[in-house]
Amino acid sequence: MGIVQALFPPGLFTSSFMQNAWLAGTAVAVLSALIGFFVVLRGASFAAHAVPRASFAGAAGAVLVGGDTLLGLAIFSALSAFGIASLASRRDQGQTTALVLMAALGLGSLFLTLGGAYAPEVYALLFGQIVGISRVDVYAILGLLFLALLATALLYRPLLWSSVAPDVAEAKGVSRRRMETLFLLLVALAATAAVPVVGALLSFSLMVGPAAAAAYFGRSPLQALAIAVLIGVLSIWFSLIFAYDTGLPVGFFVAAVTAIFYGLGRLWAWLWQIERSIGPEAA
Amino acid sequence: MRNLDVAHLREESVLDLRGVHVHLGGRAVLRGIDLSLRPGEFVGVIGPNGAGKTTLLKIILGLLRPDEGTVQIAGRDVRAARSLVGYVPQSFAPDPDLPLRARDLVALGLDGARWGFSLGGAQRRAKVDEALAWVDARRYADQSVGRLSGGELQRLLVAQALISDPRIVLLDEPLANLDLRSQDDVVKLVGRVAHERGVTVVLVTHDMNPLLSVMDRILYLARGGAALGTVDEVVRGDVLTQLYGHHVDVVRVHGRILVVGGPDAESLTCSTCDA
Amino acid sequence: MLAFLASLLAAPAVGTALLIGSFVAVTSGVVGVFVVLRGQSFAGHALGDIGTTGAAAAYLGGLPALYGFIGVGILGGLAIEGMGERARGRDVATGIVLSLLLGIGALLLYVMTQRSDATGGPVAILFGSIFTVDPSVAVPVALFSLLAFLLLGFLYRPLVFASVSPQAAKARGVPLQGVGLLFMLALAIAVEESALVAGALLSTALLIGPAAAAVRWTRQIGQAAALSALLGLLAVWLGIALAYQSYFWPPGHRGWPVSFFIVMAVLLEYLIARIRPARRAARAAEPGEAA
Repeated sequence: MGIVQALFPPGLFTSSFMQNAWLAGTAVAVLSALIGFFVVLRGASFAAHAVPRASFAGAAGAVLVGGDTLLGLAIFSALSAFGIASLASRRDQGQTTALVLMAALGLGSLFLTLGGAYAPEVYALLFGQIVGISRVDVYAILGLLFLALLATALLYRPLLWSSVAPDVAEAKGVSRRRMETLFLLLVALAATAAVPVVGALLSFSLMVGPAAAAAYFGRSPLQALAIAVLIGVLSIWFSLIFAYDTGLPVGFFVAAVTAIFYGLGRLWAWLWQIERSIGPEAA
Repeated sequence: MRNLDVAHLREESVLDLRGVHVHLGGRAVLRGIDLSLRPGEFVGVIGPNGAGKTTLLKIILGLLRPDEGTVQIAGRDVRAARSLVGYVPQSFAPDPDLPLRARDLVALGLDGARWGFSLGGAQRRAKVDEALAWVDARRYADQSVGRLSGGELQRLLVAQALISDPRIVLLDEPLANLDLRSQDDVVKLVGRVAHERGVTVVLVTHDMNPLLSVMDRILYLARGGAALGTVDEVVRGDVLTQLYGHHVDVVRVHGRILVVGGPDAESLTCSTCDA
Repeated sequence: MLAFLASLLAAPAVGTALLIGSFVAVTSGVVGVFVVLRGQSFAGHALGDIGTTGAAAAYLGGLPALYGFIGVGILGGLAIEGMGERARGRDVATGIVLSLLLGIGALLLYVMTQRSDATGGPVAILFGSIFTVDPSVAVPVALFSLLAFLLLGFLYRPLVFASVSPQAAKARGVPLQGVGLLFMLALAIAVEESALVAGALLSTALLIGPAAAAVRWTRQIGQAAALSALLGLLAVWLGIALAYQSYFWPPGHRGWPVSFFIVMAVLLEYLIARIRPARRAARAAEPGEAA
């Protein structure tokens, strides 16, 4: 009983800010896992890492000019997505991703300095916060989720094809460049929703972790996608509970829990391989 | 130019190139190519590096516009005829943990370019099963592609190209990463399936020898020019000497063909023997 | 102008910054050429982030940040190098290692923000604080740089071979994994030193920017390394001079951040390099493309 009470203290589900956190967190987890599935398929962790991080500069800029944080995040994540898509050549995407990220963060550090005092708001954006999510934020995030669901449903087949067999897809009229740009814009969408909740430092954990783990459990694309969403939602729920219990930032728990799921995935794949190699079919 | 095949123009043709010129960065890669391929024939495309093999494929796929000339597939412009062309890429090496089964890969060939999720259900599944059966891949239909061998993957890519019922299938160096036995398997499989289904095959390769038993005609590219005809018509000292622009010998040993000679003799021999 | 230069060099904090910054620029510039050659930009960037965790731990433990940066950076580099083989697998593995270690780092940074004696710490770690670096750090920085150069000198030929054509190198008996792991050591040193100057978030700029610019100007690895070091030095000196000057700028005369100027200088170098030799690169790529 003591443990249950420690894990689920009063207010976890009933206080109004926690209700906002549950709603926003769940929406962000679904959204991130959805886009993360394609991130993992394409081996695009760096872009998934860079776009939310770059969007931080937008938030810092918003703090400086007194604008809306979410709008700042959206503008900078979209700009960095376009920057990565348009600068990259096929050979050196890593370089251009790094440099676009640096350009954004350079501006971010300037905005922070010019903005004067290091606002707690900025720390919240770096590390994530669950206390400050307003009802308006929740609606905005749900709106972004809706957009992402629509876009993913529409793009599912060509994006899948272009991700697993780009040469064939290109030959059949699915432009690799166009898909890359659309994919990065999806990442920007996920980043805009995730940064206010999970923080700019660790938003990509929620994209890469669940999808990477799901790749070990699921065998078909749709299975993997569904498992990724499930793992993502479980991860954020665990993280919200722990963050509420301990008062520590939610980003840390998201990183830890998704890494544990990924470890389980690798373990599962390893056990499966052992079983197959000593099983009867092997002979 | 040098189109040795005029007699067949009367028949319906699947692929028609007329006076195709391509310049890339100031260099003429293809110079005045004319050719016409019949339904169901198996054409091997051979030539040294830089002869324009990849460029030719890109033109047929509509990924590159020729500077001059026209390209038509079944009488239509290539861009309007994309659904009539199947394509098998040079290499496909999925990670072991890619969440994609053999049947998922093949299904992408059916409707991968369409928007939205597929709503085909049982009908779509039956179609995929059928395509898997064409290439004898039913056995591993539900296995992850990351755990299949190079030969097994090659079969899936052929099924992926064929499932949309194309009139013509282009294969870009499909034998490059396979051992001799798998090479032979893939060539025979492609030959058989294409023949059964009346699909024209254009197979690009460095080495013509694995194709000798199944190839109807050979398209020999060199210095931007082309010679099209049966192996006996094209792979001859006089024809290739004209094509290369310098003296070339054709040697037949133990049922294999070697092309030797010229200032860049090394690249010639290596382009056609199995190094 | 001269008066400005004189006042610049007279300030002791600036002297230290220039000295340490120069070490860092040269090390990052040279190591960066191999990072670009090997396509390891993500790993290089990840090490900078991972170093945050070490720096925060060192800060909380009362040690100089440099040791935290380098210690955890090396561990993270080995974990990344050891986890995945294929390109896509390696990308995901790097992402997961980065995610976990950065998560711990975020926790430590957060703990720092809660402690009254260390509230400025996170910003110093993330965004750099070259003007406040203790001059005595110059000695270990120099020693670590020396170690990185010794490693590169030792590895040079097999590293170039393994980077340019891994298959051929493997066939000739180059131990790819050993070379990769040892190179990670040099990479970790370069990145973490750079993190000390430009901040963990911006350490990648000095690593990738000058090198990416340099390999576009010259095709020879030795020349590219020298040019890259030079471009790095230029960016750091320019950054420090402008940051010093910026104390007289609006708004507030608090000074603009050094890392901002360094990053912008690096980006400018890259963009200039990218505009110029595009034509030559296109021509060089042709014969292979047309095959």
